[in-house]
Amino acid sequence: MGWASFLSHVVIGRSPNPRNNLNFMSEATLSAPTSGGSPKISKISEAVIRIAGNSQDGIQAIGGFLARLAGRSEQEVMTFMTIPSTISGGPSIFQVRIGSGEVLSAGDEADVLLAFYQHSYENHINSVKKGGIVLFDSDHVQVKPEWEKDFHHVGIPISSRTVEAIGGTAKDKGKNIFALGLVAKIFDLNVPKLEKLIAERFTGKDESITKTALMAFHAGYSFSLGNVIETFQFVESQKREGAQVVMNGNEALAYGLIAAGVRFGAGYPITPWSDVMELLRRELPKYGGAFIQCEDEIASISMALGGSYAGRVAVTGSSGPGISLKTEALGWAVMAEIPLVICDIQRGGPSTGMPTNVEQSDLNIACFGGHGDCPRVVIAPSNVEDCFYTAIEAVNLARKYSVPVFILSDQSISTRIEAFPEPDFEKVCQDISPDLTPVTTHKPYDLNAPQGVTHHVAPGTRIMDGKYPIATGLEHDEMGHPTGSPKLHTQMTAKRRKKLQSLADELPVPQVYGPPEGNILLVGWGSTQGPIREAVDRARAAGDSVSSLHIKHIFPLPNGLENIFAGFNHVFVVEMNDEGLYGYGQLGALLRARYCDPKIQGVTKCDGLTWKVREILERAKQNIATGIRKL
Amino acid sequence: MSNQTTDIPARSGNITAVPAVTPPVEERKGLTKKEIAADHPTWCPGCGDFSVLALYFKLIEKRKLWHEKITTIAGIGCSSRFPYFVQGHGAHYIHGRALPFASGVSLTRPDLHVFVFGGDGDAFSIGGNHVNHTARKNIKMTYVIMDNWVYGLTKKQTSPTSPLGFKSKTDIWGAVDQPINPMKQLISAGATFVARTTHTNPNHLLQMMEAAMDHDGFSVIECLSECVEFYEGAFDSSNPRKGGVFNPVPADHDVTDEHAAYKLADTPFPGYFGIFYKVNRPTKNKLEADINAKAMEKVKGKKDWELLKATFARMK
Repeated sequence: MGWASFLSHVVIGRSPNPRNNLNFMSEATLSAPTSGGSPKISKISEAVIRIAGNSQDGIQAIGGFLARLAGRSEQEVMTFMTIPSTISGGPSIFQVRIGSGEVLSAGDEADVLLAFYQHSYENHINSVKKGGIVLFDSDHVQVKPEWEKDFHHVGIPISSRTVEAIGGTAKDKGKNIFALGLVAKIFDLNVPKLEKLIAERFTGKDESITKTALMAFHAGYSFSLGNVIETFQFVESQKREGAQVVMNGNEALAYGLIAAGVRFGAGYPITPWSDVMELLRRELPKYGGAFIQCEDEIASISMALGGSYAGRVAVTGSSGPGISLKTEALGWAVMAEIPLVICDIQRGGPSTGMPTNVEQSDLNIACFGGHGDCPRVVIAPSNVEDCFYTAIEAVNLARKYSVPVFILSDQSISTRIEAFPEPDFEKVCQDISPDLTPVTTHKPYDLNAPQGVTHHVAPGTRIMDGKYPIATGLEHDEMGHPTGSPKLHTQMTAKRRKKLQSLADELPVPQVYGPPEGNILLVGWGSTQGPIREAVDRARAAGDSVSSLHIKHIFPLPNGLENIFAGFNHVFVVEMNDEGLYGYGQLGALLRARYCDPKIQGVTKCDGLTWKVREILERAKQNIATGIRKL
Repeated sequence: MSNQTTDIPARSGNITAVPAVTPPVEERKGLTKKEIAADHPTWCPGCGDFSVLALYFKLIEKRKLWHEKITTIAGIGCSSRFPYFVQGHGAHYIHGRALPFASGVSLTRPDLHVFVFGGDGDAFSIGGNHVNHTARKNIKMTYVIMDNWVYGLTKKQTSPTSPLGFKSKTDIWGAVDQPINPMKQLISAGATFVARTTHTNPNHLLQMMEAAMDHDGFSVIECLSECVEFYEGAFDSSNPRKGGVFNPVPADHDVTDEHAAYKLADTPFPGYFGIFYKVNRPTKNKLEADINAKAMEKVKGKKDWELLKATFARMK
């Protein structure tokens, strides 16, 4: 990307803005240099913009507008945000990467930093690539001279200009929209589409709010940047078939559950899971369903299980400590063979940990949490779109195998915004209402059932022989009545295991990204798919032999992974968790236990941040240099 | 992009549930006791829980409830073995959490009578908070707390209702913690039907169960149920056959008067038996149904997938 070669510090326009006309068609910027010389217009295929401010500044809103615009412009987009865990205020960032081609991660380094405050400037300058642009609010930021040689500084009195533009007392309100105007100018974004997005955002509010917002936007857009900064234009994206939708992972997950036919759930508020329950609470009534806020985590999984037992798979979910609290009830669901979907939006742990940071450290509790031999299903979505379809798959796995299914999402995927093709609603939406047709006889735990797979009939179903089942947490006979028989405990434990072994036989073997043989195989799961694939692309472009494998079905694992591993000299399991006592992350340890393959090694970190592409490659190289671990 | 989904299992795929050929159209008679009874109870001979079970059977017989229309749910404890002894859909859930589980059934299945049985440990110790919130939300179900003032299944530890001075394996010198007053706790939590009865008075017990079942809301009964093994004679002073007195709630007691109900609840043991408190407040079942009716009215005639499509149209 050809960024501006000016490395000077420029503060523009403390004087009244000379360009105050209201005709802001985007085409104008193509040919309308503002003063004297002609600013360069560079064609770019992607850009990473990081917006840094405080959480109340509405910087998420700017990011949201940009992401949504990209979705409407057939571009790919991915965002990354941090929010403070404090109640109000605190530093916050929103990074958005927009590309005409495939966008796999939110980007290691920003091309443009938009800094509202001194702390935003100082804390995020390191995330800007050398030669990149630092747009800052000159009302709040003092430039550090030592940084001027590396970054193209552009100061704009954002705060005072916003007040000037929209008038009155709204001191901090609207400057995000002003800044959006600036960004729109620099990247020659489609103004009519942005205006429409702004208008839609404020629909239903006082008309004057939309008007004010548009005023702020145009003030930013028309603000003269002089000829000191080049502007950019995205190359045309490939035409896509059908429309794109833009949302974050938690939204995709919640809507996926609705599409899957889930109409009942229960939860307790906890970050970052709360969005899912809020959305379901709001949306389910029009589908005739309900999501209940419970007194605690245990009550919420219990209520969801009650709903599932009553005939329709229900959902519960949580993050961090909430998942720990649910494990006893989870064990009941395994024992009683009642289907359930449990969403775990992972955050930093243990205990209260880091509520607003990302970590993939719940794999162990999802796969193994709880007492006793307690097999359940664990699957992890790899991007926002996948959240939607994973929710449907989870519901159907739960129904098919009468088992609780964990969806392991995480803080980063839950808040990041991506664009993806609109689903085929008529095809994906399913009706899973209970069937209460009378049956002649029913054995809820039939030991002769093929692969051990049995299903409960819902209460309300008449059973003609008059023998009714009990769903139970005690070890039981085939009718659900308690037993202490050594033989039955052995058989029933095997039944609960066998059905998941039969699931493993049905699972698709994941595809290797890149050639199926080579030097290094990077193995990942969950939200890291994008950065890992980008690492593969980057390494291969540099001539290194690197491929990757993304595991969606974590428990049980699909069959045949050993054949994939056999094609590589090194297998590095890339995870956002600690290397553990024995030197492997949580999936790494599971894969080593499963395949006894000493070339499986861990590439882990737990700094609460997503993987940078560069980090993955550096750590992989370092692993090879160090050789096989002493352990 | 992954959009692989597994096949949707149809109910007809149930291995052990073969649909009945043609459900016979018949004038269904009420069930007999034989048809309602399942496993022989595992309780100790003389246990008070037998009479609660017997009167539950009687209730089903008398009110002509059919197997498939009732759901019997319990947590953990001696009394919570209850569902195994009843022929009908049931669930034996985990310790203390029977109420939220039953709430999930009640809120999704208005066609069922949900009955929950449990002991004082379930209700006032491990599951204490669930009682409060199920009461406050007024979720429709009937909850019978079989209170024996002791942990029986684990063989004589102090329970939250054990009186001061009760000698147990965990209080060998006698209980020192203030016991819970079940009636006061239930009323203050917001239960809309609160009654007290005892296993030694079958007619009264049945009467309370019937009234509870007919109440539209969270109806709860504390039923004294003697543990002959670990707390023999605990309730003798409430049993005329053992020289005690059975005091019905005075005829002039106003069941809608919360303060009067507390006064009754404050009377020292054996206290009063009957309905202490009964008010009508909308159930959560109704409130949720109202929210749904309103939301669905706005989207009348639209299929679910059309609703979702419309929502996504706003996210483009």
